[in-house]
Amino acid sequence: MGILDYLLKKNKPTSSASVAKERLQIIVAHERSNRGQPDYLPLMQQEILEVIRKYVDIEQDQVSVQVDNEDDCSVLELNITLPDAK
Amino acid sequence: MAKIIVVTSGKGGVGKTTSSAAISTGLALRGHKTVVIDFDVGLRNLDLIMGCERRVVYDFVNVINKEASLKQALIKDKRTEGLFILPASQTRDKDALTYEGVEAVLDELAQDFDYIICDSPAGIEQGAQMALYFAEEAIVVTNPEVSSVRDSDRILGILQSKSRMAEQGKSVKEHLLLTRYNPSRVASAEMLSVADVEEILAIPLLGVIPESEAVLKASNQGAPVILDEESEAGQAYSDAVARLLGEDVEHRFLEQQKKGFLQRLLGGK
Repeated sequence: MGILDYLLKKNKPTSSASVAKERLQIIVAHERSNRGQPDYLPLMQQEILEVIRKYVDIEQDQVSVQVDNEDDCSVLELNITLPDAK
Repeated sequence: MAKIIVVTSGKGGVGKTTSSAAISTGLALRGHKTVVIDFDVGLRNLDLIMGCERRVVYDFVNVINKEASLKQALIKDKRTEGLFILPASQTRDKDALTYEGVEAVLDELAQDFDYIICDSPAGIEQGAQMALYFAEEAIVVTNPEVSSVRDSDRILGILQSKSRMAEQGKSVKEHLLLTRYNPSRVASAEMLSVADVEEILAIPLLGVIPESEAVLKASNQGAPVILDEESEAGQAYSDAVARLLGEDVEHRFLEQQKKGFLQRLLGGK
C-alpha cells in the first residue's frame, strides 16, 4: 500500500455509525412518503400493471401509483412510462 | 382518571418488558397507583421480569371473557406499594383480545389507578395495535441499531394513524427511550449516537438507558432493574420516570467514563 493510500485512509475513516445513519435517513424518508397511503394501493398497482402488460411490455417500476390528500379532496395519480415506440 | 401509556417498539428484544417493569415500578415508588398490563398474549413474560410468575392464577383474557373478576386477576406487587400486574394469557388464540373487551377492562382500571402501563408485544400485528390503540402517551423503546430505529419509525406511523387519539383527531404524546446505549462504542463511532437517533425519529427524548450488566441480573432475580439503585441502568430509569412526570432532569451516562490512573494501570474495565 502506498503512503498516499495510507494517509488518505487515515484522514477519511468512514465510521460504521455514519453509514448506519445515512442508510436509515434514506429508508425512513422513503417509508414515510408511503405512509398514509390506502392499504389497497400495492394490489391495485399490481393489477393495473397486469392490464397494461396485456398490451405493452413494461416493467414493475414503470408504473407508479400515488394518492395525495389535499384538504377534502384526494387525488389518485397514476404514472406510466411507456417504452419507446418501435 | 388514569393515564394510559403504551411501551412499544416494533422490534422484539429491545427492552419493552424490562422498561415496562422499571417504569411502572418507578411510578408506584413515587406514590402513583399503577397497574402494568402484559399484552403479549401467548408469550407471557412480564410476570417473570416482575418476579410474580408463581402467583398467576387468572389472566387478562380470563377477565375479558368474564371468567374472573379484575380483582381476582390483578397481582399485587410484593416489593412496591401501589403496584399491580395484570398478566397475559398463554392461550394460542390470536383473537383472544377484542377492542371492546380491552376497553371495558381499561375503563374499570381507570377508576382505581393513576397510571395504566401497557406492555406491547413485538411486531405491528393485532396484538401490538391493541396495546397502543387506547394510549394517550407512548414510550417508544429503541436500540441504537438500524433495524430497531426503522421499526420504531413504523410504530410511530401506526401511533399517528391507527390509535384512538389519532381517530379523534388528536395525537399520542410520544417519548423516545433509547436502551442498550454504549457510550464508548458511540465515542469510537461504531454506534449511532443519541443525537443521531433523535434526528431520525424526531420525537422528544425521555431517557437513555446504558447497556448494563444490572439488567440481566435484575431479570435473573425477577426484580425490576429500577430497584437496583446502585446500577447506572436503575438510575437512568429513575430519571426517565421523573421526566415522564414532567420534571426537568439532566441526562446522565451519555459519555464514556474516564478511566482513573490506577484503573488504566491495572487494565480494569
